[in-house]
Amino acid sequence: MIPKTRLSAEELAVNFADLHPAFSRDEALAEAARCLYCYDAPCTRSCPTGIDVPGFIQQILHDNPLGAAETILDENIFGGSCARACPTEVLCEGACVDRTLLTDPVRIGRLQRFATDAAAEKNIRFFEAGPDTGKQVAIVGGGPAGLSCAFHLRRLGHAVIVFEARDVAGGLNTIGLSPYKVSTEFALTEIEPIRDMGVEIRLGETVDADRLGALRQSHDAVFVAVGLGPTKSLPLPGADLPGVDEALDFIFPAHLGPLVDCRVGDRVVVIGAGNTAIDVATQAVRLGASSVTIAYRRGPEDISAFAYEYELARQDGVAFEWYVRPAAFVGTSTVEGVRVQPVHPDDLSDAGATRIIPCDQAIMALGQTPIVDRLGPLGEGVFSGGDCISGGAEIVDAVQDGKVAATEIDDYLKGSGR
Amino acid sequence: MSRPDITASIAGIRSPNPFWLASAPPTNSAYQVRRAFEAGWGGVVWKTLGHDPAAVNVSSRYGAVDYDGRKMMGFNNIELITDRSLEDNLAEIRQIKREFPNHAVLVSLMVESTREAWHDIVKRVEDTGADGLELNFGCPHGMSERGMGSAVGQVPEYTCMVTEWAKEVAQTPVFVKLTPNVTDVRMPGRAARRANADAISLINTINSIMGVDLQTLAPRPQVAGRGSHGGYCGPAVKPIALNMVQQIASDPEIGLPVSGIGGIQTWQDAVEFMLLGAGSVQVCTAAMHYGFRIVEQLESGLVNWMRERGFSCLSDFVGASVGRVGTWNELDLSYKVVADIEQDACIHCGLCYIACEDGAHQSIARTEIPLADFMAEPMGNTAVLESGRLTVVAGAGAGYVNRYEIKKDSCVGCNLCSLVCPVSGCISMQEADSGLPSMNWGEYQAKLATGEVEPIQPPGHA
Ligand SMILES: Cc1cc2nc3c(=O)[nH]c(=O)nc-3n(C[C@H](O)[C@H](O)[C@H](O)COP(=O)(O)OP(=O)(O)OC[C@H]3O[C@@H](n4cnc5c(N)ncnc54)[C@H](O)[C@@H]3O)c2cc1C
Ligand code: SF4
Repeated sequence: MIPKTRLSAEELAVNFADLHPAFSRDEALAEAARCLYCYDAPCTRSCPTGIDVPGFIQQILHDNPLGAAETILDENIFGGSCARACPTEVLCEGACVDRTLLTDPVRIGRLQRFATDAAAEKNIRFFEAGPDTGKQVAIVGGGPAGLSCAFHLRRLGHAVIVFEARDVAGGLNTIGLSPYKVSTEFALTEIEPIRDMGVEIRLGETVDADRLGALRQSHDAVFVAVGLGPTKSLPLPGADLPGVDEALDFIFPAHLGPLVDCRVGDRVVVIGAGNTAIDVATQAVRLGASSVTIAYRRGPEDISAFAYEYELARQDGVAFEWYVRPAAFVGTSTVEGVRVQPVHPDDLSDAGATRIIPCDQAIMALGQTPIVDRLGPLGEGVFSGGDCISGGAEIVDAVQDGKVAATEIDDYLKGSGR
Repeated sequence: MSRPDITASIAGIRSPNPFWLASAPPTNSAYQVRRAFEAGWGGVVWKTLGHDPAAVNVSSRYGAVDYDGRKMMGFNNIELITDRSLEDNLAEIRQIKREFPNHAVLVSLMVESTREAWHDIVKRVEDTGADGLELNFGCPHGMSERGMGSAVGQVPEYTCMVTEWAKEVAQTPVFVKLTPNVTDVRMPGRAARRANADAISLINTINSIMGVDLQTLAPRPQVAGRGSHGGYCGPAVKPIALNMVQQIASDPEIGLPVSGIGGIQTWQDAVEFMLLGAGSVQVCTAAMHYGFRIVEQLESGLVNWMRERGFSCLSDFVGASVGRVGTWNELDLSYKVVADIEQDACIHCGLCYIACEDGAHQSIARTEIPLADFMAEPMGNTAVLESGRLTVVAGAGAGYVNRYEIKKDSCVGCNLCSLVCPVSGCISMQEADSGLPSMNWGEYQAKLATGEVEPIQPPGHA
């Protein structure tokens, strides 16, 4: 059995502290002053939820952080989580014209956090449920997509019940993100305003194909947003050795209990080079692994992890083994290494003899598996969105999917005469 | 070329450079004036003296306008004249003049409006060896309620009368400091001239309320929850001051040297005042904001600008732009400029577009260029980032980049787009041929009457 972290609660608190600490008021004002207030702003066009970014930054600049929070949350009810977790480098900040003018974008994510924190501190509720329409919608999956849909449906006056299989609401936003980006406590606070609008969230209720059929009967519409399953496992020899783990099983405990109870090997090998692999690797480092290696069958140009995530891993001291294909997990009673086959960079054909990268924990982080098909064909009156349809994107995309679905469901309910 | 000579000489008062500290808190004491001279200031106008018992000042006194993150773009005060005794001040002035014989030390004065009071203070101050006097007819707050300061400066007859009293006994040059809180600053200027003043200083501060505290609802600055009309200065007032300096410098009925004051913070500000007629410049807010050390930047900027332009002394350029300002009627109606956008420099912020669309003449076209097409063309200086198999283009979004182009036919050449553009050298105003003969308003009227020209239509007129 992989042992618990050897680090103390204090050390862990330091290691998992906010990646980007909150802006002070003066920092926020100075940063906001950099915004040019673009017209048809590229940042807004590049935000999946279409937040009026220059608008909220002006509100911050003019000492109206609550107004800024309202602008943000109006489009994106998970605005505080997104402020911390969005890959802003390839979204709003990537489009910022200040990258051209000054090589550095306005720190939109951190300004968004400044505004949403101000509202959270004062525990403000900006939005109210719309006048009751008498319609009832069931939502399957209480992640960002489901809850965003629930929020917008309530604003439109429809009654909403959310069925969530886990004992905790929020989906991967609550338990899947790196804790140094979004803490569990913060993620949960963003759900409260949604609940307060009259959304009922039933925890521990899994919906299967039969139950979905029943919900279609008992409700005027259903929104399915079940996300994705565990990451893919490699059918390699030794994959069932103790110490060979799946990425989400490694990540979730950091949210579901105290960090001191998290388990981590001393020498960890991570397989894959996407954002999830980076999260696993940095979490392993921060939990106290003495060496963490990412093994990838291609080169650094080919990784799907974002540039800043890759940079973060390097800063954390993660080692990279390029152009090696995992061939087997080796070990007698527990995993003792990953046997890899070096490959030619050009055509990925085998290049020479295999070798073993020693480890006491090997974690596969290769992209999540679909689960929505378990519910069978969705049929009339059943809408869907979020990761379960996109195949895996970002929180902000799931939030937008939920928002769009709410509008579609509203149209459907008006049109169907139900 | 040898280092340009920046010695200033105005109304017979010489100073090693044209940079003086205005009569204000920075010139309140010998301690400060000594530090100022040591830092490099060429002259000072001592904080305004009055007769004992000395004035009493309130707390708090100052307010500021911050603008989008920059502090103190505008500044105001409700401070009165010196609150130290006349004797203390006179002793310190005497001491300073002894220590710095080659620096200009003027003393600002404000006393009760009687001949005796003015005769007395002028004699006592001149006895210190001060180089000149500046009559404070400008302060808009406090003292004006007691018939002094701007209460004198706002009535040309009083300005003339009090200046005459001072001149009756003065041995040194008398500067009259004017208030901008009048409809036509030339009227008090002419009054000073009639009274044989030697020079004019302007502007003093502008009546103002700095703002209201949105928590307490008290005006700013506040004294026990109440405020008073204070004097406004700082960078924000510079254009108002430049206008008035030029008006005084260009008025044939005045013809006096000018010491320019109002929002001077940089060397460019100082040079602009000088080009519009100021023989010396006085600084207050910038020194209060950053300390006396700023004079180094003022001097270095001035000297290098003179080097670059080939000017060897101040008189080579003081007043050079005065004659360039005239009436609107004298402007050439056939002169034409048209905006031009350097596409390679554009960062696609859209500020020119929305400004022209909503605030000017709808003369900028916006075209959504599909990202793929945009990337196929030369990129100009657009920042591009490769990250996790994505190509991220600054200025792009929703699959397109906006291209902004001037509609040359309808652009009226107002400058607005070039003023809002954040990129140096991206939008320029280019001279264009209007096809019309050069003519001002009067000439145009005459040509219209004879049928020599058609009525001029705005660009883009159908
Ligand atoms: C390791 C990892 C790191 C990530 N990091 C980031 C990041 O930094 N930034 C970012 O923006 N995005 C990140 N993401 C992506 C992000 O978490 C997802 O895009 C987002 O959570 C998708 O939201 P969703 O609502 O579609 O699905 P989920 O968040 O997966 O929510 C689905 C919910 O449905 C529930 N459910 C499933 N089946 C059933 C059922 N049959 N009945 C009832 N309930 C069911 C699940 O328990 C879950 O709560 C990360 C993802 C992973 C895996
Ligand atoms: S939600 Fe994310 S992408 Fe949108 S503006 Fe905020 S930080 Fe940027």
